[in-house]
Amino acid sequence: MAEQTTLEIVGPTRLLLSEPVDLAEIPAYDGYIGVLAGHAPMIATLRGGLIRVHQGGAVTKQLYVGRGFVEIAPDRCTVLADEVIPAEELSAETARTRVAEAESAYQAAAETRDADEIERAIMRLAAARAMEEAARR
Amino acid sequence: MPSLKALRTRINSVKSTRKITQAMKMVAASKLKRAQSQAEQARPYAERMERMLGALAASVAGSPIAPPMLVGTGKEDVHLLVVVSADRGLCGGFNTAVSRFARNRTRALIEQGKTVKILTVGRKGRDFLRREYRKNIVGSIDFVGRKQIGFEDAVEIANQVTEMLEGQQFDVCTLIYNRFKNVITQVPSEQRLIPASIEGAPTETAGGPRAAYEYEPGEEEILAELLPRNLAIQIYRALLESAAGEQGARMTAMDNATRNAGDMIARLTLNYNRQRQANITKELIEIISGAEAI
Repeated sequence: MAEQTTLEIVGPTRLLLSEPVDLAEIPAYDGYIGVLAGHAPMIATLRGGLIRVHQGGAVTKQLYVGRGFVEIAPDRCTVLADEVIPAEELSAETARTRVAEAESAYQAAAETRDADEIERAIMRLAAARAMEEAARR
Repeated sequence: MPSLKALRTRINSVKSTRKITQAMKMVAASKLKRAQSQAEQARPYAERMERMLGALAASVAGSPIAPPMLVGTGKEDVHLLVVVSADRGLCGGFNTAVSRFARNRTRALIEQGKTVKILTVGRKGRDFLRREYRKNIVGSIDFVGRKQIGFEDAVEIANQVTEMLEGQQFDVCTLIYNRFKNVITQVPSEQRLIPASIEGAPTETAGGPRAAYEYEPGEEEILAELLPRNLAIQIYRALLESAAGEQGARMTAMDNATRNAGDMIARLTLNYNRQRQANITKELIEIISGAEAI
């Protein structure tokens, strides 16, 4: 097997995952990035979405993460997220209410015409949609 | 000398007090275990956050984009003290220690000519500080009736602090709380929140070459998101440590109370028995001298 990188997923209240993986797909600010061993050092924000863990050519784990950060070093990849939910525990219903909430928040933000506010609302909506999509599967 | 009946009531009342303190000690012990494990589980996040922040802070150090939450407002005139205490008493010197620490700090700052604002977390600290510094208290939060402190509570406090910073209502923010040293010792301590005190940063130059990170989006945007979270996690950590400390202090206090009650019962029982003996002896003497008189 090729080299592995240590993936750590940490929520504010606990450490959820810490294990060597082949490849991790991370929903970073500008889209998904795949992290392999030896990746260039990088710090990015998360946009909310599914983290997919690849082991031996197959996806072994999927976890939903909310907003947060990822720190990548050649030998490790640390995800700090506000919220982490294993894909099996996602519920379509919560996701739907989240989307609805985010949509109305976006409407409210659009009215204020404050660019920062709108951007924040868009990010929130995107995270909620990602959760909904993840829950559907 | 109190009568036999009075002694008996007294013994019974101390016995029921002992039962209560014993139960409270047991409850505190089990809550302590829970609080400790909660504090433990929050540690990895805080550690990694610190590492990331260290890297970021080093890369923006000295540059004009550094946000006020990291480097402060450049002044030191208005201090905000966030004082974390417990909501409930019966835990020995726990609340008094942290409140007194906060009071001394406030007094020292005022003597230096600074303006002091206080945000209290927990009912006991608020009650204590209100006596002397009522007009300095700008807000108070408590968790009365709540079973467990969640991360959201810390976020709420952090938001309040952030709002005040954005409104330029203070220059320096310090967190005062009881640090959990071990089960029997809690140390009132302070931690500077704003400007952020980063431990990792100074070792930068000394500790070998550190990988240069790429940032996505820029440092500034990441910091803008990271700093409020860092604030929340620092507060969360303090809340959890304080909660664990409270239970530890209560356990120790209740253990002492139980022991004192035991001593007291022993003393009272001795008294009671002496008194009883004396009464019997007295009655015998009365009977005998009565019989002799005939």
